Amino acid sequence: MKELTCSPHIHSSETTAKIMWSVVIALLPATLASIYFFGLDALRVIIVCIISCYIGEVVSHFVFNRKLKSFDGSEVVTGLLLAFVLPPSIPLWMAGIGGFLAIFLVKELFGGIGFNIFNPALAARSILTVSFPLEMTQFTAPLSYRVDAITTATPLGIIKEGIGGQLPSLWQMFIGNRPGCLGETSILLLVIGAIFLLCRKIITWHIPVSYILTVVVITSIAGQNPIFHILAGGLVLGAFFMATDYVTSPITPKGKIIFGIGCGIITSLIRLKGSYPEGVAYSVIFMNMFVPLIDRYTLPKKFGAIKK
Amino acid sequence: MFQGGVKLVDFKEISKDKVTEDFPAPEKVIIPLSQHTGIPSKPVVKKGDTVLKGQLIGENAGFISSATHSSISGTVAGIENCSLPGGRISTAIIIENDGKDIPVEPVNRNWQDLKPEEIISIVRDSGIVGMGGAAFPSAVKLTIPKGKKADYVILNGCECEPFLTADYRVMIEETDKVVEGLFIICKAIGVKKGYIGIESNKRDLVPLLREAITKFVSEVVVEIKVLPEKYPQGSEKHLIKSVLNKEVPSGGLPVDVGCVVFNIQTALAIRDAVCEGIPLIERVLTVTGLVRNPKNLRTRIGTPVSKILEYCGVELKENTKIVIGGPMMGIQIHTTDIPVIKGTSGILVLPQEFLPEKIQPCIRCGKCIEVCPMRLVPAELGKYAENQKWERCNEFNVSDCIECGCCSYICPAKRPLVDLFKWAKVEIRKAGTK
Repeated sequence: MKELTCSPHIHSSETTAKIMWSVVIALLPATLASIYFFGLDALRVIIVCIISCYIGEVVSHFVFNRKLKSFDGSEVVTGLLLAFVLPPSIPLWMAGIGGFLAIFLVKELFGGIGFNIFNPALAARSILTVSFPLEMTQFTAPLSYRVDAITTATPLGIIKEGIGGQLPSLWQMFIGNRPGCLGETSILLLVIGAIFLLCRKIITWHIPVSYILTVVVITSIAGQNPIFHILAGGLVLGAFFMATDYVTSPITPKGKIIFGIGCGIITSLIRLKGSYPEGVAYSVIFMNMFVPLIDRYTLPKKFGAIKK
Repeated sequence: MFQGGVKLVDFKEISKDKVTEDFPAPEKVIIPLSQHTGIPSKPVVKKGDTVLKGQLIGENAGFISSATHSSISGTVAGIENCSLPGGRISTAIIIENDGKDIPVEPVNRNWQDLKPEEIISIVRDSGIVGMGGAAFPSAVKLTIPKGKKADYVILNGCECEPFLTADYRVMIEETDKVVEGLFIICKAIGVKKGYIGIESNKRDLVPLLREAITKFVSEVVVEIKVLPEKYPQGSEKHLIKSVLNKEVPSGGLPVDVGCVVFNIQTALAIRDAVCEGIPLIERVLTVTGLVRNPKNLRTRIGTPVSKILEYCGVELKENTKIVIGGPMMGIQIHTTDIPVIKGTSGILVLPQEFLPEKIQPCIRCGKCIEVCPMRLVPAELGKYAENQKWERCNEFNVSDCIECGCCSYICPAKRPLVDLFKWAKVEIRKAGTK
């Protein structure tokens, strides 16, 4: 007998794999920029991260006896995003550990795609930061103005330490010619990628706008230049590509705004008052924990709800 | 305008310009006694009886029930069980055609002379039910419950399901009769304001409808509402929201917000019954999709689907499926021996594309929440249903789901959400009746 299927009998052409590969495409300009600014160091880190993410997937397939899912590009997204938040000079074996943990520990251990609580790339970065504090906070200058000193301070580091140091111009920061994590520097190209995702309706404006606006408001109140705070650190990368991760962010528009504001407050507090110069990774991870709670209190009101 | 919904490619150009053809009465009709919502009608003929076209063969068996009539003239060959779409089984009266097509005595009435109760009683005796799919007995709808008041009648000409063009053809070819039907309904309920709601892809109907409205002298004011093309615009609740900006309360009826909604072909059937005494024995349906000759066909109730497919040049292949209704809410059938019933708006031949292997875990993209016209949370509901947490499904209002299919349609992980919700509803109902 023929198998019967339930309505609807037509489906949109959108698939999980298409979404994932679109995110990869959106990250491509910034990827190329990172190779341009930081040279082959960047390329090596990116390749190692992607491969180690895939290894994490294959290993969990054996360990958990889980069906190996079709190659949907989600490991490439995680690998790329992890590479983006690592210093270009990080030893490759550390990057490899990060990639493996991102998939195996943060994602698969919680049930695989769709079930992880924390953003895999940012959680892996945090694990690396506490495990290898030195390597994770040493930043090389871009090739264009690398003279002899290998390591240098990021713009946020310069502000935080209060030590003298040449801050790059806002324009240089906008195009990405400044020390920092591998993929966070070129605001221009990240925004181009983000616009692509917005047009493809893969992400919505709610999280990025509420996140960045909150940072602008708080840093302005604190008497600092909000434009500097947008361009410095990983705010743009975090707001458009990390905080918007479907699985680890709230599911309703209202919840997304609350989530964005929460991320913005914590990021600003860490930058202004904390001991770390940058707080995007921790604030997103911290807010990840609140997602079920936010979801619970931001359910849409059903059609025809009877007023009590 | 309602929130949510999806924009669909409408595929209507396949059949929208095909003038309605009369499908020849088949040699044998299978007329189920349960074509409608409510109690099945009670058979009043027995094997061997001769019947005329339009003769009563099953009588009303309660308040929410409907009469059934023979759609051909001939001999009752038997009373047997037959399959209906969705796996239901109904008792059916099988009638063999004598080829003469002799109708019952025709009548000629002017509805202006009839009292509302008389109209309602004709509608009840003519076996008229909602022809948009739900097949709710029309006489019940026309009878406004005590303590409630209706101020508006809305004629639902949206036909928002892709592919279907039957209502569109009826509105073009029988404009006057449809509009007359609306006036009759308004008179039966006693309202002064009628609306005709159509989607913007049928804008060409506006001058026709407007002209037809002017032909009738009545105190009823009829307004045509051209609504955006957005599925499910033709859902009763969402049509009301778009036309009147009122939300039917959860668990309530349209009359709770002062209106009653009728389908285009229902209005036509009411008009034919009231003015000419013709009961509901035929309807227009669209045969489309992977069909050599797509058509809009005026078909006798009880015609086997197989005969129609044959007529339209459909070869049944392994990789195609037959769906009764539209692609979003229609029901796939397992056998083409199923007859056309009062709620059959179309027969679709579609590729058998969906494979369970394609189903993936929810990635919480939130698109289903964006499109859900009932403002539910399909993503969460789907997970609860998958794990058989029926109380949680109930808490998250699965009973408000109208099964429009927007969530399943949009889901990138191809999750069978509607499937799960139908299951949840059945389980909740079971638990409730224990």
